[in-house]
Amino acid sequence: MKYQIKRSAAWIIVLFTLSGCTGKVMDNQNEVATKKAWPDPTSYAGNIPVYEKFSDIEPLFRFENDTTYVINFWATWCKPCIEELPYFDKMSEKISGEKVKLVLISLDFPNQIETKLVPFAEENIKSGTVITLLDGKYNDWIDKVSTEWTGAIPATLIYQGDQKAFFDQPFQNEDEVINAVNSILNNNQL
Amino acid sequence: MKTINKTILAFAILTMMSFTIGSMNDGVGVGDKAPAFDLPNIDGKRYSFENIKDANGNKPKGYIVIFTCNTCPYAQANEQRIIDLHTRYAPKGYPVVAIQPNSAAKSPGDSFEKMKSNAKNKGFGFLYLYDEKQEVSPKYGATKTPEVYLVDANLTVRYHGAIDDSVRDPDAVEEKFLENAIAALENNEKIAPAETKAIGCGIKN
Repeated sequence: MKYQIKRSAAWIIVLFTLSGCTGKVMDNQNEVATKKAWPDPTSYAGNIPVYEKFSDIEPLFRFENDTTYVINFWATWCKPCIEELPYFDKMSEKISGEKVKLVLISLDFPNQIETKLVPFAEENIKSGTVITLLDGKYNDWIDKVSTEWTGAIPATLIYQGDQKAFFDQPFQNEDEVINAVNSILNNNQL
Repeated sequence: MKTINKTILAFAILTMMSFTIGSMNDGVGVGDKAPAFDLPNIDGKRYSFENIKDANGNKPKGYIVIFTCNTCPYAQANEQRIIDLHTRYAPKGYPVVAIQPNSAAKSPGDSFEKMKSNAKNKGFGFLYLYDEKQEVSPKYGATKTPEVYLVDANLTVRYHGAIDDSVRDPDAVEEKFLENAIAALENNEKIAPAETKAIGCGIKN
């Protein structure tokens, strides 16, 4: 009995110490929190994480840290989607000093993941994290990304905590993407 | 206290303004009047709500207006479903009226000539109209293909959204939103859901 009490007391001390440490360095804490919350994929296609259900990736839309997330929905067969990908590369280059995370969510059909998405991504995608979502019950999850979204792709959500901007039209040039990201970055610096 | 009231008032005004602006951009929704159109069909004739007939040559009880195209994989995944809808519902008073909203300049595979050949190859039995000036889809607020508006005999939009809950894969359909809406309309029942969402190809206009 005595031994048990001692052991739990030791655990409490360990926990307090740990929480104290992470609290001191905010950036590290956020990094840790982000990494922790990044969901595990159902499987991989090449290097690309494959998610079966929207609920699996929902945490990506709910991060509360000081990173600005740029989340784009696209597909290899979607011409306007492909045309705007280089603008995201430029944005990543030009805003490289800021905490911005680009996530490119492919909605390619399941039978084209290996044949089209994997080779396309290897060849063409320079910046950002590519993942693919197979969940075809769209009506159940589109509103969870943004109630403004009708379901047309390309579509882009940019957010940091509560600050959100949603775009359901393709970006026409790199400046449009940069301005959109800056609008969220600047809002949070006010 | 006064400040709080002012804040609430300002917030309320802002909210109302954003709703107004939102609805201005969003075209029509359920309960709104369906915008008129007069567009060329692949048979060379022009069609509007005034001269569209059901399979028996009667004035329709409703119109299944579907914005769709040749090139979008989601539209292609729904072609057979659209053919089947027309076969089943045109005799019951609900013809399919497909409208191709993309500009041929931006999407060459959706030119009027390509619409004709695609319809012939697939055996479309329904009207396949070309929104040649890209004017009709903005009036509806349609943003993607495929996108459905069920319009009743009084030209009121009664359902808006997807054909069913599995646009990509017909084998995984669990809920036939549009057919349920037509059945509810027939039986004078409440249509629920009256609005649904699905992934589609952004309209190129």
